[in-house]
Amino acid sequence: MNASTSRQPRRGGRSESEPPPGAFNPAAIRADFPLLETTAHGKPLVYLDNAATSQKPQAVLAALVRYYSNLNANIHRGIYQLSAAATAAYENAREKAAQFIHAPSAREIVFVRGSTEAINLAAASWGQGHVHAGDEIILSEMEHHSNIVPWQLLARRTGARLRVLPITDAGELRLDELENLFTPRTRLLAITHISNALGTVNPIREIVSQAHARGVPVLVDGAQSAPHIPVNVRDIDCDFFVFSGHKICGPTGIGALWARREILDAMEPYQGGGDMISSVTFEKSTWNETPYKFEAGTPNIAGAIGLGVAIDYLTGIGMDQIERYERELLAYAREKLSAIDSLRIIGTAKDRAAVISFVMDGVHPHDIGAIVDGEGVAIRTGHHCCQPVMDHFHIPATARMSLAFYNNRQDIDRLAAAIEKVKEVFV
Amino acid sequence: MSDLRELYQQTILDHTRKPRNFREMPDANRAADGHNPLCGDKLKLFLKIDDQGIIADISFVGSGCAISTASASMMTEALRGRRVAEVAELFAKFHDMVTRPLDEQQETEALGKLAVFAGVREFPVRVKCATLPWHALQAAIKKDHVPVSTE
Repeated sequence: MNASTSRQPRRGGRSESEPPPGAFNPAAIRADFPLLETTAHGKPLVYLDNAATSQKPQAVLAALVRYYSNLNANIHRGIYQLSAAATAAYENAREKAAQFIHAPSAREIVFVRGSTEAINLAAASWGQGHVHAGDEIILSEMEHHSNIVPWQLLARRTGARLRVLPITDAGELRLDELENLFTPRTRLLAITHISNALGTVNPIREIVSQAHARGVPVLVDGAQSAPHIPVNVRDIDCDFFVFSGHKICGPTGIGALWARREILDAMEPYQGGGDMISSVTFEKSTWNETPYKFEAGTPNIAGAIGLGVAIDYLTGIGMDQIERYERELLAYAREKLSAIDSLRIIGTAKDRAAVISFVMDGVHPHDIGAIVDGEGVAIRTGHHCCQPVMDHFHIPATARMSLAFYNNRQDIDRLAAAIEKVKEVFV
Repeated sequence: MSDLRELYQQTILDHTRKPRNFREMPDANRAADGHNPLCGDKLKLFLKIDDQGIIADISFVGSGCAISTASASMMTEALRGRRVAEVAELFAKFHDMVTRPLDEQQETEALGKLAVFAGVREFPVRVKCATLPWHALQAAIKKDHVPVSTE
């Protein structure tokens, strides 16, 4: 296993347990995920916290073991075969990441730890050259803290200010307000594709086109869209797009920042260190080319390779198939949960994906989470890193179920039954 | 569910539904906020400590889960009329009860009704909920006559 393993990511996602081509087979898919066979409190686990992180198919787990067993070497500059093979596998994963979001070139993909680091990188490196005192950055009220705080830090460093596009009580963007937020000082619009707290799918093309009409570049937070819908950055026409590997069945600690080549080329490096330089003397260093100038130090090689395999796995099923299946399942879940009296769904936007946030009369979300956990059902409770959203709805927290393509109607039924237990305890 | 019943005792649920001493205290001479950002629990604790160092009055307001609300409610009942000097030891005992394994438990007699929170021990993620009001209490006591503002 040497030369052959270097090509393994290309085949890896499909070699282990391939769902039948062309047919969406939920039972076969479920069997690919070892963790879904485990129990919680002695009951078969129902995992409905996919917006936080996804489970991993066997193919990804096997790829990590294969990498460390057969291919582990530091990448780039290694003269020996093993290093060259590891480099090829790592760069092959970059190709897959680019194809996954239909980026024009893999050279526009910067590997990072995840969406959070990607946004921090953009805020630090792009912000440094483009955002100055008095400039403005537009965000929305439904952003995850990771698409708020990096810009706040940038604003504090530079004297820029943040402007916020509000949401409606349905959890939709107030697009009628967007035009009013643009000023000659607007430098960037940073906005989420899909809300992790509400499930709202934003009309991203329309937003980008409106911003571009004002000459304002757009960063799209794709942490919640990459797992659920086909993403095409050329079609969206955004300038930056970020996503996390661990939310799309890949390992933790790997994700990607995509930006247009000319933007990346003009950006300053993020961190300094090995691999990101072209030459170093004590007087002056010059930078490696894009994307390497943003990848200082030994990167998460295994993570990137695992991400490549995860992408193979998802595209093997088909993101359009995943979207269709999840929409049906979400409709079923909405119907089931809406039928529970004393339960109120937060976020009723027309276009939603994968997420249902809810509250219950007289029961704190934390208690809902604890009791459904006792029934073997994992959901998240809290503010979901979206305190401004909670403030909008005047609630301290919500309970949130978020699904993936490996969930099924039985999972939703188990959640609904567990919520009945909540009522038993508290009513 | 047996474990969960240990956690959600009837006494606890009763205090959650009808928290005692749930009110602002305009003439308090100590106050502090307790905040658990993880679950969004927020409470404000009010104290009136007299010249003898006795807790003459204690109350709270805020929103939280069943465990933090009941803990705050029962804490206020347990502490009214007690000496401030006793608080540290009582909290230490309470903290032990909700965090240490059963076989390492000290006697919990001193805790009186608060012993109902012993079930929290089986749910480590809920320790923060049960101890939130106690942390706010300690902060309030440490503060030197902080005027209660509406913030």
